[in-house]
Amino acid sequence: MNADAFFALSDHLNAELHGSEILFCNLSSESSDFVRLNRNRIRQAGHVRSTTLDLTLIEDSRQVGGGCDLSGDPKEDQARARGLLARLRERLAHVPDDPYLSYSVEPSESDHCGDARLPPIAEAIGELIEAADGMDLVGIWASGDIAEGLASSIGHRHWHASTSFNLDWSCYLEADKAVKSAYSGFGWDPAILRGKLEAMREGLHVMSRPTRILEPGRYRAYLAPSAVGELMGMLAWGGFDLKSHRTHQTPLLKMARGERSFDPRIRIHEEHDRGLAARFTPEGFPMPPRVTLVEGGRFAGCLVDARSGKEYGEPVNAASDGPGSLGLDAGTLDASEVPGQLDTGLWIGNLWYCNWSDPNDCRVTGMTRFGTYWVENGEIVAPVKVMRFDDSLYHLLGDRLENLTRERELLLSAETYDGRSTDSMLLPGVLVSGIELTL
Amino acid sequence: MQHLCDIADLFLSRAPACDYWTLRLVEEEHDHLEVRQGVVEPSRLTYSSGAMVTLVKDGGIGYGATSDLSVSGLRIATERAAGWAQVHARLGLFEAGIYPRSSTRADYRTPVEEPWSTLPIAEKLDILQAANDALAIDDRIVDWSAWLTRRRVSQLLITSDGGRVSQILDYVHPGLVAVANEGSQTQRRRGGGSDGSQQGGLERIVAVRLLEDAPRVAGEALALLDAPECPQDTRDLVLLPSQMVLQIHESIGHPLELDRILGDERNYAGTSFVTPGMFGRYRYGSELLNVTFDPTVPMELVSGVADDEGAPAGREYLIRRGILERPLGGPLSQARAGLPGTANTRASSWDRPPIDRMGNINLEPGEGSLADLIAQVERGVLMDTNRSWSIDDSRNKFQFGCELGRLIEDGELTGLVRNPGYRGISASFWRSLDGVGGPESLEIRGVRNCGKGEPNQSVYVGHATPPCLFRDVAVFGGGE
Repeated sequence: MNADAFFALSDHLNAELHGSEILFCNLSSESSDFVRLNRNRIRQAGHVRSTTLDLTLIEDSRQVGGGCDLSGDPKEDQARARGLLARLRERLAHVPDDPYLSYSVEPSESDHCGDARLPPIAEAIGELIEAADGMDLVGIWASGDIAEGLASSIGHRHWHASTSFNLDWSCYLEADKAVKSAYSGFGWDPAILRGKLEAMREGLHVMSRPTRILEPGRYRAYLAPSAVGELMGMLAWGGFDLKSHRTHQTPLLKMARGERSFDPRIRIHEEHDRGLAARFTPEGFPMPPRVTLVEGGRFAGCLVDARSGKEYGEPVNAASDGPGSLGLDAGTLDASEVPGQLDTGLWIGNLWYCNWSDPNDCRVTGMTRFGTYWVENGEIVAPVKVMRFDDSLYHLLGDRLENLTRERELLLSAETYDGRSTDSMLLPGVLVSGIELTL
Repeated sequence: MQHLCDIADLFLSRAPACDYWTLRLVEEEHDHLEVRQGVVEPSRLTYSSGAMVTLVKDGGIGYGATSDLSVSGLRIATERAAGWAQVHARLGLFEAGIYPRSSTRADYRTPVEEPWSTLPIAEKLDILQAANDALAIDDRIVDWSAWLTRRRVSQLLITSDGGRVSQILDYVHPGLVAVANEGSQTQRRRGGGSDGSQQGGLERIVAVRLLEDAPRVAGEALALLDAPECPQDTRDLVLLPSQMVLQIHESIGHPLELDRILGDERNYAGTSFVTPGMFGRYRYGSELLNVTFDPTVPMELVSGVADDEGAPAGREYLIRRGILERPLGGPLSQARAGLPGTANTRASSWDRPPIDRMGNINLEPGEGSLADLIAQVERGVLMDTNRSWSIDDSRNKFQFGCELGRLIEDGELTGLVRNPGYRGISASFWRSLDGVGGPESLEIRGVRNCGKGEPNQSVYVGHATPPCLFRDVAVFGGGE
C-alpha cells in the first residue's frame, strides 16, 4: 500500500467518527521475497505481501486498540477497517478512563522514501550460489519494500518507506565449525559479496586447524562488533526503558542507584537520526535525534514511550521501550592492532543465545559461536570449541574493559518475527582483560 | 470457517495448472485484557487473515502469501509461487518430486466449555481487578498485573490431491506477575496459569486458579527478597513441571528436529548434537526416560488432527527407555533424511511456510509423587518456574535459571533460596535422571514463544511432564 492509499483510507475512517472521538491509524506494510538457503542451494523460496492496519480509538479519557490485515483493494480495506472500528467503538463503551492515555495533540507531517538499487532477485541468488561454489552456505535472503505510516483525525500524516535487501548467512566446515557474514543495504554490488565470501574462505582455512578445547576459567578476550551486539541486545531487554527503571526491574538497577558503573569510556545512545527506522511514535510524537542512555559509564537517561511518559511524568522520546537504533561510542584501538593488543586469548566473533543469569547484577550467560579463535602472541592459532560464558556487564564493560576499537560496524537486524525489522546498531569491538567461561 | 471454505472453493474452481498445489487459509482473532497496578491497560483486539499458496511445478517448489483473499489476490500469489518454483527448479536443494502430497480429510475443533463471548468485558476486567487487589499485599510489591489473552486460529488446508483439513484452535491464557524490590534486589514471581498454557475457553480461569494463586505469587516474590542465594556446588536436583517444560523443550525437542539435523537451521537456531546414525541405538537418557510426540492429548497446546502440510497426526515414541528412536520431522524431512518421523510440519501463520516444529513433546510419567522424589534426596535443591534459558547451537551445553528454589536435606524440603540456576550437557544430563513422578503428578503445559526459522516464526509448543529427579548437577545462585 502506498502513502496516498493509506491517507485516503484514514480520511474515510475519520469521516465516520462520532462526536468527540479521536482516531490514530498506524500502517505496517511489506512486500518481501524470502529465499532460504542450505548447502548453497535453495531450501525454501517465496513471496509475502502483508499490510497491517492498527487503530486506536479515543474518546475523552478512554481508549481501545486493535488491528487487522488489509488486502490492498480500497473497497475491501474500507470494509475491513470499518468493521474493526465498529468493534472498537463497541468496546470503548465498556472500558474505564485510562489515566495514562497519551497522544500528540499537535498535527505534524513527515515523508521519507529511501532510494534503493536492487537487482532482480533470482539473478542475485544465482550470483551468490555461483560465487559460493564449493562452500556449505546456509542462510536467508530477504528483500523488498517496507513502509510505515501514521495518520490521525487530529492531523498527523507521516510516511516512512524503504526498499532494501538483507543477506544473512554462514559457511560451515563441519559440525559447529563455521564463519558468519552479512551483507545488507540499499545498493547491491556483487563485488562486495565476492569479497565477503573470500574473507570467509580464509576464515574456514583457519577453522580447518585442530580445535582448541578450553577449560572453564577467566580468559583475556576480544569481542567483535557482532558479539558486542548480542550483549547490547541483552541491555535492550529492560536496560533502558523508563518503566523498568521506575519499577526497579532494570538490569542496570545498581547503576541507576549509583552502586556500580561501566568504564567511563562507555557512552551509549539511541540514535533516532540514523534514518533507517521511522522518526514518529504511533501516538504522533516526533522523536528527538538522539537520546543519551549511558554517559561516562554512568546512567544518563531512559527511553520514554508515550504511556510510560504519562505515568511517570517524563517527555516522550521513543516509540517503544526498547532501542531500535543503538549506538556505542568508539574507542581508540585501531582494528588492525587488535590481535597484537590481545596477545594471547580469545577472539570471539559472535555470541549466541544470551540471557540474564542474574539481572540484579547485570550478569549474562551465553555461548560463543561462529568465528571464535584462540590467539597466541598476536596470531590466530586455532578455532575454539564452543564455550559458555557467564559474566557481569559491570565487569565486561567496566573494570575489565581495556579498550574499544576506533572503527565501528553498522549491524542491520535480520530479524523477521513481526515483519522485516528496521532495527540497527552501530558498534565497536571490545577488548577485555577477562571473560568468565563456565562450561 | 465457512468464509474460508467459500474462498477455498473459489480457488478450487480456478485451480492452477501444475504438478501439485496447496492452499492454506488462516484466520486469527486475538484479544488481550490486562490490569496493571489496578489500572486497566489499553486492550488490543486484532484480526488477521491471509493465505499461502504452495506450488510444485516443472521440478521446483515456491510459495506466495497474501492478505488479499480475492480471486485476483490469490492469482497473484499463485504467480509469485510459480515464479519461485521456476528458480527452485534450477537452484533447489532437493528434487521437487519428494515434496509430500496430502489427501487427508479431517476436522478438529477445540472443545470449549465456556466461550470467550459468554463473559462481558466488564466482568473479565472485574476478575483482573480482583487479582490485582490480591497481589498488592505489601509496599515492597513494586509492580503487579493480571491478564487474560484469548486466541482463536481457524485454518483450512486444501490440496490438489483432494485433501481438506479444517482446524479451529481456541485458547484462553490467564496469568499473574508480582515484582518485589528492596534496595538493589528485585525478584519476580509469575503464576495464575502464566506458564501453564493449554487449549480451552474461559474455564481455564478456574482451572489455573487465577484468583486463588495471587497471594502465593506475591508472597513468594517477597519471600525471595530475604532468601539466601542458591548454593554453588554439585548436588541432586528436583525440577517441577514448570521448569521441566523448558528442559524438555531445549534439550530434547529442539535437538530432535530433523530440519536442524539436516542443517536448515544452522545459520539461525542452530544444528543438533544428534546425528542420523544415532536413531535406534543412542542412549539419550536413563531407563526412566520415555518421550512421545503426541498430538492426541486432549487440550494440549498443539493437539489436532494433522500438521500444516496435511500429514495425519499420531502418537509416536521419540525416546523409549532412554534409547533414541525417532526424530521430529515431517514427510519432506523424512524423505530428505531417509528416516521415519512425525506429523510436525507447522507454520506460525499464513505468511510463513511450514517447517519442522515440535508439537506436543511429552515426558511420560513414571511412579510416585513429588514427595516420593524429594524423599530420595539427601542433599539437593528443588527448582520452580523457568526464568532464564540458554543453550548452545547444537543444543548440548545448557544453563537455565529458575524463579524459586528450595533446599532439600535428608529427604525433606527446607529453606527457600533465590536466583537458583543449574547447568549441564544434554548428552549426559538425561542419563542422570533417577526419578520420574507418576501420572497423578503429570501436568500439561507448554510454551508460547518458540522461535525458529528463516524468515522467523514464533509458535506454540505443548509439553506434558511430571516432576523429575536428576543426580549430581552443577547448581549456583546469583551475584557477580
